[in-house]
Amino acid sequence: MMEEAKDEASVLSVHGDDIKVTEVLKDGDTLTFLIISKKLSGTGEYHVDRTYDDFEWLQQHLFAQEDVPGIQGVIFPPLPAKPQVNASAKTMKQLGILGLGEWQPYCKAMETFLRQVAAHSVLCRNKAVEVFLTSSAPPGRQKIRKNIFNRLSQAVEEMRKEGHKDVDEFFQTERDRNLVLTSCTKTAAEKFLDMVLTEQKIAVACGHFSAALHLLVEPGEDADKQAFSRVCVKLSEVFESMKKNMTSVAENNMSTLGLGLDLESRHQEAEKEMLFRRTCKLVELESTKRNAEKAKPVKKLAMEEVKKAAETEFEHICRVAKQEITRFEKVRVEMLQQALVQWCEKQLLTAKESADQFNKHLQVFGGMA
Amino acid sequence: MADTARDPPPEHTDFHELEDGEEDLFPEPTATEEESQPASLPAEDISTNSNGPKQDSLFDDDPEDLFAEATEEVSLDSPERDVLLSDGPSPAITPITPPTSVITPRIGHAHDDMFTRSSFDEIEEEEGGDSFDIHISVSDPEKVGDGMNAYMAYKVTTKTSMSLFKCSDFSVKRRFSDFLGLHSKLASKYLHIGYIVPPAPEKSIVGMTKVKVGKEDQSSNEFVEKRRSALERYLMRTVKHPILLKDPDVLQFLESSELPRAVSTQALSSAGLLRMVNKAADAVNKMTIKMNESDAWFEEKQQHFENLDVQLRKLHTSVESLVCHRKELSVNTAQFAKSAAMLGNSEDHTALSRALSQLAEVEEKIDQLHQDQANADFYLFSELLGDYVRLITAVKGVFDHRMKTWQKWQDSQMLLQKKREAEAKLQFTNKPDKLQQAKDEIKEEIEELEGKVQQGERDFEQISKIIRKEVSRFEKERVKDFKSIIIKYLESLVQTQQQLIKYWEAFLPEAKAIS
Repeated sequence: MMEEAKDEASVLSVHGDDIKVTEVLKDGDTLTFLIISKKLSGTGEYHVDRTYDDFEWLQQHLFAQEDVPGIQGVIFPPLPAKPQVNASAKTMKQLGILGLGEWQPYCKAMETFLRQVAAHSVLCRNKAVEVFLTSSAPPGRQKIRKNIFNRLSQAVEEMRKEGHKDVDEFFQTERDRNLVLTSCTKTAAEKFLDMVLTEQKIAVACGHFSAALHLLVEPGEDADKQAFSRVCVKLSEVFESMKKNMTSVAENNMSTLGLGLDLESRHQEAEKEMLFRRTCKLVELESTKRNAEKAKPVKKLAMEEVKKAAETEFEHICRVAKQEITRFEKVRVEMLQQALVQWCEKQLLTAKESADQFNKHLQVFGGMA
Repeated sequence: MADTARDPPPEHTDFHELEDGEEDLFPEPTATEEESQPASLPAEDISTNSNGPKQDSLFDDDPEDLFAEATEEVSLDSPERDVLLSDGPSPAITPITPPTSVITPRIGHAHDDMFTRSSFDEIEEEEGGDSFDIHISVSDPEKVGDGMNAYMAYKVTTKTSMSLFKCSDFSVKRRFSDFLGLHSKLASKYLHIGYIVPPAPEKSIVGMTKVKVGKEDQSSNEFVEKRRSALERYLMRTVKHPILLKDPDVLQFLESSELPRAVSTQALSSAGLLRMVNKAADAVNKMTIKMNESDAWFEEKQQHFENLDVQLRKLHTSVESLVCHRKELSVNTAQFAKSAAMLGNSEDHTALSRALSQLAEVEEKIDQLHQDQANADFYLFSELLGDYVRLITAVKGVFDHRMKTWQKWQDSQMLLQKKREAEAKLQFTNKPDKLQQAKDEIKEEIEELEGKVQQGERDFEQISKIIRKEVSRFEKERVKDFKSIIIKYLESLVQTQQQLIKYWEAFLPEAKAIS
């Protein structure tokens, strides 16, 4: 498929599908992740500590592979936004479900990122990946010059190109579909998050109620008082169970479908970026064509060279993009299916456990004198 | 006037004098029951019940509506939330049914005994054979009339096997003010002798105006349902009280096809404002009564109820917040369902699209579950706690009445003391011709006062005794009440989870079938 570009290309020495982000340590705004990868040969493991900034370093290296033909056609695995203490509203919105402060889902999202990078036939060859996963020393912190992959820095006039009509029906269709899906997925992810937040509120309210019931317990030997105290204590246990149930439901939501929708949403955005890059290249190509046509004989040859280079690059990008889109479709459907199945299984289990628990409480009350 | 001679015992008029300045909120009945004592009653302590429930006061001439209550929005914390006392069945309207409730004994002699305080105990034991079996439901709210004069009529159905009633299954139509009227009658008869009369459901101008104006939206439907449920609970609590169950006003309320309209419950009137002023005076009086509590039980119980009040209010707030969140979850779930449906529609991959559409359907069903659960949270717990907060207000009121009773007794004693001192001083007067007359007068007054003091002491002992019984009954009922509600609630929780299991089990194959 992809040609070996340079000697810098390397082969990953670990199992890409088994990378684990097992822990995260928080120190103010600095997050340090513990990453474990299994060696391809033998039974050894690499244990490395990486900060969020190290992840960004890796991502920048991947973006910067300008010498790889058609690199702009790659749908880059999306890195989750950086969580911050006292994050702004905008950041919170960006983070979505990952902004809830639950570290398990966040680690899982980082893990998915690494696995996707390792699984990508082009990206995994970048030396930075090997260094990131296996080097005991933290990777270099030197800033790489910003590139066009960072959309946020793109000039406003570039954005106009987004609507530029395509020459290829396949890509036009894909762009249209992507536009719709991106917004639908984002909305679904946001609404899902709202649900989870409310579930957490209910869990907290149940906890409060459970605690407050203990204040009704009255000392004394009076039979009726004791009976009432017993009722209050048992009711407190019921609300404690309700709290556990709601907490489980929220956790299940977050760790499966919540993560899934979030990943899908970020993935759709990543595809959008790629399609935009291609569109920009298309605009550039058309412009070089026009220049070549209009060029005065003295400049004509030079313009033709430029045009040819642009054409070649565009072809590379389209070829890579088509492959990426096919791969992307397959991966995202698999990922969503997995998320839905896991979500359903977990919620089913929680419902069964809760039904059991509530039934037990019911029997206790039924049996109370 | 009445068939039976009803001479108010001399003590009564003096009571009016003692309550200086204060509007007489506790009108004494003009009748005693000496005439209607059956032979079967034990001879001891058949006290002339000065504080007992009123006999048929239709024959009282008290045309002034002194007890109308301002119909403002009342919250649990509102100081205005106090007992509305009426002077008995509305005097303004001639009742359609003759006042048989008092005169015609339907359950034999025991019926007439009701108004003798001491015989209340006997009644409870006598009726032991007729076990408590009565179920009241309030249903079919129906709007009657148009515009601002419209009102909601509710069907009150009683199912019972008790001999107290003429039939075993019957219904009547009642409106909200009828319930308030009933409560006001019961309160005026029983509160001041120590019975915990369950409070009536709250008024609501806002809620009712919406209904009158004809707004057929969800909030006015919810309001009507909330009220219907509250009325049902109110009646059940009332009839669970063995004394109140047999009250003629209660029986009339449940059985009579026509009920005289209770006008004294109407909206803002001068009397309503007057009552509010009096309540302020009342509050001041309460603060100045320093009772020498000789009975530790009362002190302990009073403290206990104060604490219970505080805790229950906290719990009530807590549950209200839970209900609120649950409703929010329902809204969020519905919105997510919509977004999932849209996502399913936009999805090209057939199997994934189908799964997402199924997901949307499941979430819609779960939304319904959340709504049902929110209703359970509210109608079971929130209303239970609210009812108990209001009930405790009635309990505290009863304790206050005991204090007032004590105060009256003490006042009579003090007055007696003064008269005795005056009598002693008379010995040294230097007007011998007027002396005998003065001496006689004072002797008469002293005799009167001695009687009053004795009565006062008896009243105090009686109310203390009744309160002890009532508190014990309250504490027993409380356990039963809470348990039965909790069981219903747990059943709703179990059912919700079982429904969820069904939904998830149905969805799982859909999710697995995606690829």
